Amino acid sequence: MRLLFFIATKHLLARKRQSIVSLMGIVLGVAFFLAISSIMQGSEADFIKRLVDNSPHITISDEFRNPRVQPAEKFYGDADVVDISSVKPLTETRGIRGYQKILAYLDQQPDLVSSPVLSGSAIITFAGEENGVTLNGMIPEEIHKVSTIEDYMKEGSVTRLVSNPDGMLIGQSLAKQLSLSLNDTISVAAQTGSVRTFKIVGIYQTGRSSYDRRQVFVTLKRAQALFNRTNRINSILIKMDDPNTALTRSKEIENTVRYKSESWQEQSEDLMNTLAIRNMIMYSVVSAVLLVAAFGIYNVISTVVMEKHRDIAILKSMGFPSGDIRKIFLTQGVLLGIAGNMAGIPMGCAFILGLQQIKFRPPGSSEPITMPVSWDWEQFVIAISFAMFASILASFLPARKASHVQPVDILRGGL
Amino acid sequence: MLLRTENLVRTLETEAIPVTLVKNASVEIREGEYVAIKGPSGSGKSSLLYLLGLLDRPTSGKIFYRDQDISNFSNNKLAKLRLEEMGFVFQFHFLLPEFTSLENVMIPMRKLGRLSDKEIRSGATQRLVELGLEDHINKLPSQLSGGQRQRVAIARALANNPKLILADEPTGNLDTHSSENVQEILQNLVKTHGCSVVVVTHDPEFAKRCDRTITIVDGEIVSGNEHASKYTG
Repeated sequence: MRLLFFIATKHLLARKRQSIVSLMGIVLGVAFFLAISSIMQGSEADFIKRLVDNSPHITISDEFRNPRVQPAEKFYGDADVVDISSVKPLTETRGIRGYQKILAYLDQQPDLVSSPVLSGSAIITFAGEENGVTLNGMIPEEIHKVSTIEDYMKEGSVTRLVSNPDGMLIGQSLAKQLSLSLNDTISVAAQTGSVRTFKIVGIYQTGRSSYDRRQVFVTLKRAQALFNRTNRINSILIKMDDPNTALTRSKEIENTVRYKSESWQEQSEDLMNTLAIRNMIMYSVVSAVLLVAAFGIYNVISTVVMEKHRDIAILKSMGFPSGDIRKIFLTQGVLLGIAGNMAGIPMGCAFILGLQQIKFRPPGSSEPITMPVSWDWEQFVIAISFAMFASILASFLPARKASHVQPVDILRGGL
Repeated sequence: MLLRTENLVRTLETEAIPVTLVKNASVEIREGEYVAIKGPSGSGKSSLLYLLGLLDRPTSGKIFYRDQDISNFSNNKLAKLRLEEMGFVFQFHFLLPEFTSLENVMIPMRKLGRLSDKEIRSGATQRLVELGLEDHINKLPSQLSGGQRQRVAIARALANNPKLILADEPTGNLDTHSSENVQEILQNLVKTHGCSVVVVTHDPEFAKRCDRTITIVDGEIVSGNEHASKYTG
């Protein structure tokens, strides 16, 4: 094999300019592949992180995915002779029944934390201004377990809800709209007609203005009192240790608790599909770069094979079998692939580092952000493997052709 | 008997009509024998040599090497036999242009892989020195004269101490002086290395140096077998 490697190297070095041009194809292909892949993966990871961090991984709501079996159906089962008509579904009381039992079950699960929520529409009144909001009643001590709202506090804190049961957390946009500031007292009216007074104990800013304008947080007890739904909740928020298991775990939980249990993947299915399509496009485009580079290699090795017909005949006459001839030219492809990777990987890393230095301010953002990039090892493996695969594939056809050269045809021709 | 053929036929399939290059050729090459194959251009001399050198397969007939029928050997087995037992010299030196004289000679030795790198290097150097190429060991073929290239080609053919050297008009492309030199070298090979040499030539003077001359006309051996009977008989 050392001899074949020696001959292959000599062939490549004899055509330095051609070899360098085809090598540059692979080098740039690998480098661009890494740079583009890194930025796409980075932005995707950043997007998913925000999506996963800012929303519960699983939400149990007071709905049923399938309608409940009605008593008449339950009683008669599948009996063919019974005609049940004008069956009206039993009126369900809104809210999750027996939620303490569900919470107790969830507490036994080692891979998740959960917290109950009672949400409902309410109207905030302040200085003659009214604004409709979604009021979320939560257990203050548990908010940090299932929500990242604490990370976005601009003024006050979530812990103040613990010491002040009549406290309320509101968004910056809402505070601005109603000219509210910390420690102001506001009136909140529910659809039931009951009105309660809350004190602003915290102002948060997530950067999503619709969220900041609509969502307010109070203690669960006060929300239950305001909505006149004592001991009721209408959703349970769950955070998983591993967010990726949310899809399967939500199904298991739903099978147990019977209430609709939705994972973040289900809730963001359209977004995840978009990301998958985006990835497909990205890998197709970047792979095309490497394929073009592979054509360069094919071109060089094909030319070498054509020019080397006489040498192939001589090697065969010396006693080199066809397999050795094939290996010589395949080795050239492998060498170009290895050299392309060796130069392309550092260049790709340099591109990624360069991208990492770019800071920009997206529309609507108050602070400049850096380009999210990924240093995931998998993309390096894909780039290296694809470059090697393309190089070997590109050299395979010329190598095969070379191995089929009949020495006598060349010698007879006196080339 | 080193090499023996029985009724070798080589027909080339062309688009128009099949062309028979070699007809019923029965040849015997003994160990240490120096044989010339002579004939007019296009008579099938080289085709016969390629068959004897296992570079081409006969359409019909049999080839025996050391009394073993090798007609049905696989390509790989034939390649191994060429590597171990044969050496080739062609009209056009056919040296590998990217490799120096020394590397050209070392390649078949390294392929055979019987010696260490050091032994291969010294063996190849010795071959080149024997042929008066001590000053051209590290030169590329493009830096050598025609005669020097042909001597490097002979050194390469001798690299693995072959039992049979097959030369296809080795002086056909050389000036008179170089031609004389190559003829002498080939003649000496038989004496010094004890190998058999088969030379294709249409130079009568060259043929006269050989122990025996096989004449071929239109693919058919017309003389040379009676000379062979001296050895067989």
